[in-house]
Amino acid sequence: MSTVVDSTTAIDIQGLYKSFGQVRVLNGIDLKIAAGEVIAIIGKSGSGKSTLLRCINGLESFDSGQLFVQGQPLQYHNAKAMRTLRQQVGMIFQSFNLFPHLTVGQNIMLAPTLVQGISAQNAKTRALELLRRVGLAEKIDAFPEQLSGGQQQRVAIARALAMSPSVLLCDEITSALDPELVGEVLAVVESLARDGMTLLMVTHEMGFARKVSDRVIFMHQGRVHEQGAPETLFQYPRTPELVQFLSSLTS
Amino acid sequence: MYLVRRVVEFSIWDILRNLLLAARWTIVLSLIAFVGGGLVGLGLLVVRTTQMRVLQRAVSIYVSLFQGTPLLMQLFLAYFGLALFGVETSAWTAAAIALTLYSSAFLCEIWHGCVQAIPKGQWEAAQSLALNFLEQLRFIVLPQAARIAVPPTVGFLVQVVKGTALASVIGFVELTKAGTMITNATFKPFVVFTCVGLLYFLICYPISAYARKLEGQLHVYSR
Ligand SMILES: Nc1ncnc2c1ncn2[C@@H]1O[C@H](COP(=O)(O)OP(=O)(O)O)[C@@H](O)[C@H]1O
Ligand SMILES: [Mg+2]
Repeated sequence: MSTVVDSTTAIDIQGLYKSFGQVRVLNGIDLKIAAGEVIAIIGKSGSGKSTLLRCINGLESFDSGQLFVQGQPLQYHNAKAMRTLRQQVGMIFQSFNLFPHLTVGQNIMLAPTLVQGISAQNAKTRALELLRRVGLAEKIDAFPEQLSGGQQQRVAIARALAMSPSVLLCDEITSALDPELVGEVLAVVESLARDGMTLLMVTHEMGFARKVSDRVIFMHQGRVHEQGAPETLFQYPRTPELVQFLSSLTS
Repeated sequence: MYLVRRVVEFSIWDILRNLLLAARWTIVLSLIAFVGGGLVGLGLLVVRTTQMRVLQRAVSIYVSLFQGTPLLMQLFLAYFGLALFGVETSAWTAAAIALTLYSSAFLCEIWHGCVQAIPKGQWEAAQSLALNFLEQLRFIVLPQAARIAVPPTVGFLVQVVKGTALASVIGFVELTKAGTMITNATFKPFVVFTCVGLLYFLICYPISAYARKLEGQLHVYSR
């Protein structure tokens, strides 16, 4: 987007393969993502979208290929390297995954104090700042179960941002929400995109993908089957698989 | 610890006093089982929760072994069995070892079930926030597992209190054994065992009551 000054590569994926048992889920992914780029990943259920995202922050290991985040190779078995990497790559889940035994504030402050050694005082100031940004400053002492789904997801975003990541992975983050709550979450994501955050989001919200993303990636059978700017990709799909996928959405 | 069989008149008070003295051993043995079993059980739980297959397997075998054999046999083996190998154990040491190992296996199993009941998403969220394994366990998973662990843990601890009666086979005159001995001396089984039952209840009730309170506290995520 326009605010991006840094044009270095945020994520570089080369020849990524991954199988679960006999099932090949990632079938040779090559992908370069520039810092500040906003990527929407679309595709049928089971095409490997989640697995790709989960490989990028090491929730899933891969069988072969290479994955670089900010130029550093991902070393799945090196705990220290993973700890460093995960501070740069935040993830937001479909099911929010807030910690139910902690307040909103504690959810946000936990990782910065534990992992980055930030003082409780500073962590709290930062938590408030982030909550203000997602419009939930008054909920700092609430427990997750007292919030609506949309509010919980916004807290989850604030929690991820508290680590000051350079990349944010979003896996269908509005799919578990009631339709009337989708908008408030997407508005937050949009503001992040505008502020130059590198974003990879798996989404079924095609309108949103079209509006916010710089590039849309269509995954099919574990490959990047087609990609391009949203205007061209949605208007002039080149492969029959994408044509079929897009028509399946409208019907 | 000794009750000599004499033919004397035992008043209720004598009966109760002797039983109370014996109840001390029941309490001490129970405490050993709780604390020793709890600590060892927690250690085993951590090992079992890591991704190291060999260690996981070893803990599983340990748990099956101690769950699948009677405590009575474990007490025997700890006391007489070790002696066969030339290791002299006092009744105290043997009871402490057997009760600790036995309780640790059960507690490990109970707690492992509770840890497994925590949704995978909780681990993954913690992992994504760069917490290491022990931080994930300590700050995210165990606090949530503890809440659901209270009722089965207490259920087991109450069993342990009653299970300490088995330590009489290696010479402890704890509550049940004392009850038998006093009955033999007084021929008042009804009175004696009513008192025995009452004392067990007095030991177990506070545990259950405290558990209910604890569960109430842990249950409230919102205040
Ligand atoms: N942990 C797992 N174990 C076995 N198979 C899995 C696992 N996770 C995903 N899969 C399989 O991998 C395929 C791709 O899954 P996923 O990446 O979740 O697809 P998508 O997010 O595009 O729907 C699916 O067939 C799914 O069943
Ligand atoms: Mg998915």
